[in-house]
Amino acid sequence: MWFFTHVWIIPALMVLSFLLILLFGKKMPKKGSEIGIFFIGIALVMSIATAVNWWSWSSGGPEVTSKAAEAAALSEVQPKCSKVATEERLEAAEQGEKGKAQGKSVAAAAASSAEKGGEPEIATRPVVRCLSWFETGNDRMTIGTLVDGQSVLMLVVVTIISLLVHVFSTDYVGGDRRYTHYFAFLSLFTASMLFFVLGQSTLQLIIGWELVGVCSFALIGHWWEEKPNTDAALKAFLTNRVGDVGLLVGMTVLYFAADRSFSVLDINILANEGEIRHVVLLVAACCLITAVMSKSGQFILHTWLPDAMAGPTPVSALIHAATMVVAGIYLVARLYPVFFEGLSIAGSSVNLLAVVGAVTALFGALLAFVQKDIKKVLAYSTVSQLGFMVTSLGVGAWTAAMFHLFTHAFFKACLFLGAGSLSHACHHSFNMVDDMGGLRKVMPKTFWTYLIATGALAGVFPLSGFWSKDEILSGTGSFPGTEGANGTYHLMLVMLLLAAFCTAAYMTRTIWYAFYGEFRGHGHPHESGPRITVPLIILATLGAVAGVANLPKSLQVVDVPGAWATRFEKFVEPVGLYFPAISHAGFNLTLAVVSVVVGLAGIGTSYLYFWKGSFRWAQGLSSRNKLAAAGKRVLENKYYFDWLYTDVITGFVKGPLANATNWFNQHVVDGIVNGVGRGAVGTGQWVYKNVDQKVVDGTVNGIGAGAGATGGVLRHLQSGRVQQYAALFFVAAAVLTGVFVVAIG
Amino acid sequence: MLLNQFLLLSAVLFSIGVYGVVVRKNGVLVLMSIELILNAVNINLIAFSTFWGLGGQVFALFVIAVAAAEVGVGLAIVLLIYRNRRSVDIDTLDELKG
Repeated sequence: MWFFTHVWIIPALMVLSFLLILLFGKKMPKKGSEIGIFFIGIALVMSIATAVNWWSWSSGGPEVTSKAAEAAALSEVQPKCSKVATEERLEAAEQGEKGKAQGKSVAAAAASSAEKGGEPEIATRPVVRCLSWFETGNDRMTIGTLVDGQSVLMLVVVTIISLLVHVFSTDYVGGDRRYTHYFAFLSLFTASMLFFVLGQSTLQLIIGWELVGVCSFALIGHWWEEKPNTDAALKAFLTNRVGDVGLLVGMTVLYFAADRSFSVLDINILANEGEIRHVVLLVAACCLITAVMSKSGQFILHTWLPDAMAGPTPVSALIHAATMVVAGIYLVARLYPVFFEGLSIAGSSVNLLAVVGAVTALFGALLAFVQKDIKKVLAYSTVSQLGFMVTSLGVGAWTAAMFHLFTHAFFKACLFLGAGSLSHACHHSFNMVDDMGGLRKVMPKTFWTYLIATGALAGVFPLSGFWSKDEILSGTGSFPGTEGANGTYHLMLVMLLLAAFCTAAYMTRTIWYAFYGEFRGHGHPHESGPRITVPLIILATLGAVAGVANLPKSLQVVDVPGAWATRFEKFVEPVGLYFPAISHAGFNLTLAVVSVVVGLAGIGTSYLYFWKGSFRWAQGLSSRNKLAAAGKRVLENKYYFDWLYTDVITGFVKGPLANATNWFNQHVVDGIVNGVGRGAVGTGQWVYKNVDQKVVDGTVNGIGAGAGATGGVLRHLQSGRVQQYAALFFVAAAVLTGVFVVAIG
Repeated sequence: MLLNQFLLLSAVLFSIGVYGVVVRKNGVLVLMSIELILNAVNINLIAFSTFWGLGGQVFALFVIAVAAAEVGVGLAIVLLIYRNRRSVDIDTLDELKG
């Protein structure tokens, strides 16, 4: 339990690592990378220890652990951390949860015991610890840690991916001129993300969010000598700023809505209990969705994400698997009551979050078809998969979203690092169409890991992607026979299935270009060294088996043992006051079969097209058919979003708007300023002539003249003759005596 | 009354002294006129002291002592003026003119 209260050490370690690398990195034998790896290793161990503690704590529940008193003390939320999460309130809620669970078990005893595996339903409380940061008036800003299943999950994911990326980087960026700074920023990046996921107040979330943005800026622009790289870094940063406006507005709205409190618990509890008005929550949710759009690369602010491929490949892996882009998902998941209540997710069939996610999932996947650059394919794949997660959150399948985040982190990191390994072999080119091909034989390890990760991404049974994607699909509640979903989102299901088909197809396409056919590059490609392949193997293994982390309760043909089923629902999903009562869609065999078939159909289509040369009519279709050509052009221009932003919006601002502003400035503002100036000059002259010259100078001269005249009269007294003075003295004395006598007498 | 005569004498002496101070051109004579004024005051003091105790006489003694000192300083000044200007005519001494 020590780990719960001292979880702040984990981000602090990475900050320390950042400082040490900056200060001493260049003098170390390995240029600072060993410091980073050492600290991220410790952070990983601590994260896993925290997760294991959380596991045992949540399985036992506070009241049955041997250290009951300690556990009770831990679970108390200090009043300074949260105004509304009082002991009575928490207990009342827990009693309610238990009552509900018991009621359910009475109603359907057999089903319930099968469902729960005989375990009691326990509301595991979050462990909140905080310090007063500063106080203004009556408001206290706190900074602290909030440990619950969600943050523990993220701790583990971030540190695992970060460690593997560190190891991979020692080879991949070896010999780079800013090697030390690279590792320093990796540490800071990891620290920011860890700080973000442990955030106890929304202020902390904002700070972590921005820190992640800054670090990604620095790392995307790591090779800033080339203009496109700095452009990409700037684009990432500026696009994120657009969303940050939404974040700030949303957080401010929530601050006032939650009775002037930044505490995540306060906001969630009040939103959950319906004490914040629906409209306010809706506004806050919409603002935060803007933030999520920019950070998590959702339409229409996704354009920075493919450009962010300009950074070193391990950074792309870190950004797209574990840190930057999942920050948006994490934010929605963290403030889920706001979205759940604000967007009325339950019982609905469409809402903004789900639409944004589904559109992103489908349109991102389509874009991946026309890319030549293997990393760009993966980038659009990330956009698309993030769309899956956002949709999942939008349809109420919170657990499925976190599960997909978890599995996606592994296989997507594996794919990115695999792409890095490929480019390492092919003279640092990522162009799979022109510079790769036939690498299956020379790079077997990269090939097999890439293949497994692709299978996971495409949703091939029984790899991890299958389980998480299937859970999202059933979470839409639209497929006939699915039970327990929060709403019925037909449109989302259709779009996600299409996206899944595209995903399988474009990933197969990358495999064709990179690993099959003839080698089209120059030189002799070779398998990468162990520091590259070992992380790949670990990630591929995790990507293959991570699905067991959240198996459904029943596969309909066989039952899953209780100890294995729905672990995420039990350990990751918060229960109680600060989380909405979402329901969980059950496993649907037909839907699972359909999704596998869709995936396989995607793979099959690509296979037939590339390997067997089927669909002859489709080869070169875009050069023969105008409609297809137009479609391809739209895709190649990325739906013209970049054109919209740079030419239309920026062009409008730079051209007509700037000219109009200039005209307004020149004619109206300057006119006013000049008029005021002229008026001031006229007034000044009048004042000079009349007031200064006549009144003021007149007074001064008058006083001078008066003094001169008086002096002229009085100077005769000052004759210098002593006797005259004496005479005056005596006259004066006589007069005074006379006055004295008269006055007294 | 006896006092009246003394006061009259004193007033006459004082007036002569004032006249001398204001009118005479010789510095030494101006000093002497000042002595007259002081002595007029002394007469006043002693005359009043016959009615109101010895304080007046004591004060007169002090005045005589101070007058002696004053004449000493005054004569020294006159001597120096004479040395510088070969004259003790105070009409020519208008250095204080403003």
